[in-house]
Amino acid sequence: MPEIIDQIFVLLKHWLMGYVPSLLKPVVSAILSVVPVLLAFPLLFAITTVLERKGLGRMQNRYGPNRVGPFGFLQPMADGIKSLTKEDIIPRTADHLVHLLAPVVIVIASFLVYAVLPIGRNMVIANLNAGVLFFFAVGSMVELSVFMAGWSSRSKYSLLGAMRAIAQMISYEIPLVLASIVVIMAAGSLSTVTIVNLQATYTGIFPHWYVFTPWGLTGFIIFMIAATAESNRCPFDLPEGESEIIAGYYIEYSGFKFALFFLGEYLGMFATSAMAITLFLGGWAAPFSFLTWIPSYVWFFAKLLALICAFIWIRGTLPRLRMDQLMNFAWKFMLPLSLINIFAAGVWHYMPAGASRWLVVTLVIAVACVLLSRGLRRNQWFHVRTYRFAS
Amino acid sequence: MTISFFIIAAITIVGTAAAMSLKNLVHCVLSLTLGLVGLALLFLLLGAQFVGFTQILVYVGAVAILAVFAIMMTRSAEPMTNLPPASFRLSGVLIAATVFAVLAWAISSATRSLPSQSSQPEVSVNQIGVALMHQFVLPLEVIGVLLTAALVGAAILAMDETGASR
Repeated sequence: MPEIIDQIFVLLKHWLMGYVPSLLKPVVSAILSVVPVLLAFPLLFAITTVLERKGLGRMQNRYGPNRVGPFGFLQPMADGIKSLTKEDIIPRTADHLVHLLAPVVIVIASFLVYAVLPIGRNMVIANLNAGVLFFFAVGSMVELSVFMAGWSSRSKYSLLGAMRAIAQMISYEIPLVLASIVVIMAAGSLSTVTIVNLQATYTGIFPHWYVFTPWGLTGFIIFMIAATAESNRCPFDLPEGESEIIAGYYIEYSGFKFALFFLGEYLGMFATSAMAITLFLGGWAAPFSFLTWIPSYVWFFAKLLALICAFIWIRGTLPRLRMDQLMNFAWKFMLPLSLINIFAAGVWHYMPAGASRWLVVTLVIAVACVLLSRGLRRNQWFHVRTYRFAS
Repeated sequence: MTISFFIIAAITIVGTAAAMSLKNLVHCVLSLTLGLVGLALLFLLLGAQFVGFTQILVYVGAVAILAVFAIMMTRSAEPMTNLPPASFRLSGVLIAATVFAVLAWAISSATRSLPSQSSQPEVSVNQIGVALMHQFVLPLEVIGVLLTAALVGAAILAMDETGASR
């Protein structure tokens, strides 16, 4: 019985496909795979906006939304209707076509990456040979749409915001990719399905998740920090720093186009979190072998919600970084540490299994961490900044 | 197969043609990116996943952004008003025609000398990785050293020459 519940969506699709004429099979199969993803993740986006506003309200000692529906949980519906009925304002000097295309490109790119994310056992849209590569390739299209939005608005705030966002995204994409390389090395495959299948085995009751190794834990932490920066969230939200450049690259957007940017940003956050789950946290695998009776997709979404809550918690806790701190942190700490982490994963692979490789690899990473953070502090990270042109 | 090929080929040709003919330089870069995406899709259509995704990652993710930054930092993105002189255009047409003729001749003669393969070769990402790490490890390392040297050189060029810290 747990088997059937676990595979219920796969069986449902097979049952529906039985009624389809063979000529239409490829098209209907694609639609049946894509539509649930197109429904589930925007729904998750709606839930997350409420969770985030209520969570942040709780942390800042206020109520948050509580008027629409029970406990304010229908707030996203009201927001959606509001943004649909708002006037669509386009600046007079704006580049109309590029201005229109930018939110479309960001939403398309954000949705495309879900093609390779395994949501449950046998539940992935496309099991590509180079799945991880596809994820990062399509994810890099977001930068282009950010530039299109910032440049086409012909506003200095949006251009500044776009420049900041692109500089930050390019800088943090390198640690993001390098942190996932350790998992690719360990799994020997770029396919997300293979990576999850390798982690879904158990020793005793404990799973083989990559996060339970020293290099895996380091990689996971680097990946999550870089993912926070990639999705422009606090403490890395200075591309849209409200106090400085109002709303960054999408300042000149109103109505539903603004909502599309919002949707694209959250979908990107979910996608990178889902990738972190796939690479390090065992994807849809249960955390203990005696819990495998719970369906795989429940585990996936439980892990995703846990990571989203962590994101909200961080947003409510940390202040925003300064631009030079941001760049120093990316290039002088994250990049060297992720390179050393790759070396540590190699050492782990070639040493005999046992306590000795735990000790050696942990020592390598800890020493690297300490030395790099000392180097950052010697670089006067928290020093008062002198402004060359202002003073 | 053929329908998708024609759609993708049309996207590629329209994108690259627009990149040459538009007035605004940023528009040119954006339409060139469209052409490069079309090329990546052509690679994917031929079953070359690794090359296709790398094309998107490198050209759309990096080169397009680099070109855009270069344009914005060196000159204004306002459309050019004056066209290049007629002799310049004529020589451009001549060079383009010559390059096209040489390429067409090379491709047509190459396809004739090849044995006719009906099935496309199955090359997985795994095989590419093994080949890069065993057979072609020396070229890979040389390229790595070259790129690192270029990176260090760029950082030195961009450094403040007076040595004063910010």
